[in-house]
Amino acid sequence: MSSHTSDHSAPAILAEVKPIPLPRAELVHNNRDFKWITDKICGIVEGPTPTWWWWCFCLAVLVASFTVAGITYLVGTGVGVWGHANPVNWAWDIVNFVFWIGIGHAGTLISAILCLLRQKWRTSINRAAEAMTIFAVVCAGIFPVFHVGRVWLAWYLFPIPNSNYIWQNFRSPLEWDVFAVSTYGTVSVLFWYVGLIPDLGTLRDRFTAAGNLLKARIYGFFAMGWRGSNRHWSNYEMAYLILAGISTPLVLSVHTIVSFDFAVSLLPGWHTTIFPPYFVAGAIFSGFGMVMTLMLPLRAIFRLEDLITQYHIDCMCKITLATGTMVGYAYSVEFFVAWYSANPYEGFAFINRAFGHYAWAYWIMVSCNVITPQFFWFKWVRENTWFVWVLSIVVNVGMWFERFVIIVTSLARDFLPSSWGYYSPSIVEIFTFFGTFGVFSTLFLLFIRFVPIMPMSEVKCVIPQADPHGKDHH
Amino acid sequence: MKKTYGIIAAFETTPALYHACEQVRDAGFKQWDAITPFPVHGLDAAMGIRRSKVPRISICGGIVGFCTGMSMIWWTGAVDYKLIVGGKPLFSPLFAFPVSYELTILFTAFATIIGMFVLNGLPMHYHPVQKAPNLTRLLDDRFHIVIEANDPKYNAATTRAFLEQIGGTDIAELEE
Repeated sequence: MSSHTSDHSAPAILAEVKPIPLPRAELVHNNRDFKWITDKICGIVEGPTPTWWWWCFCLAVLVASFTVAGITYLVGTGVGVWGHANPVNWAWDIVNFVFWIGIGHAGTLISAILCLLRQKWRTSINRAAEAMTIFAVVCAGIFPVFHVGRVWLAWYLFPIPNSNYIWQNFRSPLEWDVFAVSTYGTVSVLFWYVGLIPDLGTLRDRFTAAGNLLKARIYGFFAMGWRGSNRHWSNYEMAYLILAGISTPLVLSVHTIVSFDFAVSLLPGWHTTIFPPYFVAGAIFSGFGMVMTLMLPLRAIFRLEDLITQYHIDCMCKITLATGTMVGYAYSVEFFVAWYSANPYEGFAFINRAFGHYAWAYWIMVSCNVITPQFFWFKWVRENTWFVWVLSIVVNVGMWFERFVIIVTSLARDFLPSSWGYYSPSIVEIFTFFGTFGVFSTLFLLFIRFVPIMPMSEVKCVIPQADPHGKDHH
Repeated sequence: MKKTYGIIAAFETTPALYHACEQVRDAGFKQWDAITPFPVHGLDAAMGIRRSKVPRISICGGIVGFCTGMSMIWWTGAVDYKLIVGGKPLFSPLFAFPVSYELTILFTAFATIIGMFVLNGLPMHYHPVQKAPNLTRLLDDRFHIVIEANDPKYNAATTRAFLEQIGGTDIAELEE
């Protein structure tokens, strides 16, 4: 026992043996200082509007007008203008809803889960990814709201007293979804805004010094009088940590509840317990695809290579690889369970997916979601930015098809062969979905024009000069 | 003549600010603050700031949110308009859980943010610190210490000398 007492002296050799210095990955290249970071990020907001921005903005608004046209026609005529009919009464609207909501999940993963895990590389992609989340939720919300038919009665979804005196059925997963998605949208906006406050303060001070009092007032209003007091930072950091702590279970619950829309029903191919984890993994997978689709062009246009380094791209590729492989594993488990359950309806649903009328969609899904991410095992792929960008788009094509396969194939071939059908979208649905990419791009372009695209105060925290213990820190 | 709010001094690096804060704390000042463009790791201890009270407000929000969800679902479905669906019980905490869970998170988020603003005394769109020389560097690349005039140990001449001695530069008096 004596060798375990606390006062025994360490062997003399320990003083001489030093661990091998393994430097951590550099998060900001070229030894940039605080001033450079501020000027770089504020410069994007303060500078003149680039010509490419106007071209992209006009194109985005043009594309968004397709959604406006599609929805106007739907409201004026009726939900029948979409291609839904028995037995496929849920189709593109729910596919697109789940697709966009899933994309949003990477933003919350980066801002909340990676914050709790102390992944410092999150700082430079955090703001844009959270913006992506909010805009994706906006696009997602369009579909169920207009699918209710009489959109002016969509407030019936919320427990607001009305003249019918009847309340919502809280046993329904669809009602749970109303609360999950509206909470998710609200908390995402709050989290994003809290992160913005210190940077808005920086912009306010810079516009004040430059004599642009109108902008100083607008940014100052939203900065809430932030002045960088450390007594404020103390509360701010605690609030930020709590928001990260509650956003983590929130993001996991949102896609879990989205999957309940299907899993709680009795339809073969939907009624499975694997859905919640499988949907969450797929959501993060598609979201990281979208983050890379957006960040790689931004990095090239604004010359942000010092802030979004190869290390950042590597990390994002590896998360895409991990979640994509989980999704592939879930596909195989679904098949195994369909066979192992010995339920003929369940078995038929899966054979039908892979070899039935919608086999083309199934194999697009498998090749995009299971094969594509496997390229990220290779360093030369991760270092080829163009290749990564193309793969990131393929990932999202695959994830759209995943939702299509799950929803449409199961409904088109349910229990009774007499009610089988084949679903094709109408031109109105195609217009509406195509247009949401314009809605998303319009919002994102406004974001990069008017809001600092990176959290300056957080990026400054991760450079070596921020360490108050200087070089003597161990 | 306007009243003096306090004295501000600038520091160029985080280690300089950190050690200066320790000295201000040890000199016994109470009404003072550090102004930094980002949260400096460990500065709370160097300033002697206690742990934030935001979590107490957050947990109240969470409890209120959960109870709101449960009681709303019970009252609407089992009291005000009894709704029988599939012969299931009028109320069960199990089916009420997902909505109550989301409301817990929603109310916690609002409580946390409102709590943070209230504890920080924000929004406050005018503050003497915003009259500091080199205003743009306040939230950019420099670090500052402000000692307020209403601190019992404050004395215009000696406090200025003290800030100079601990390494402060660009020392200036701030008006209210």
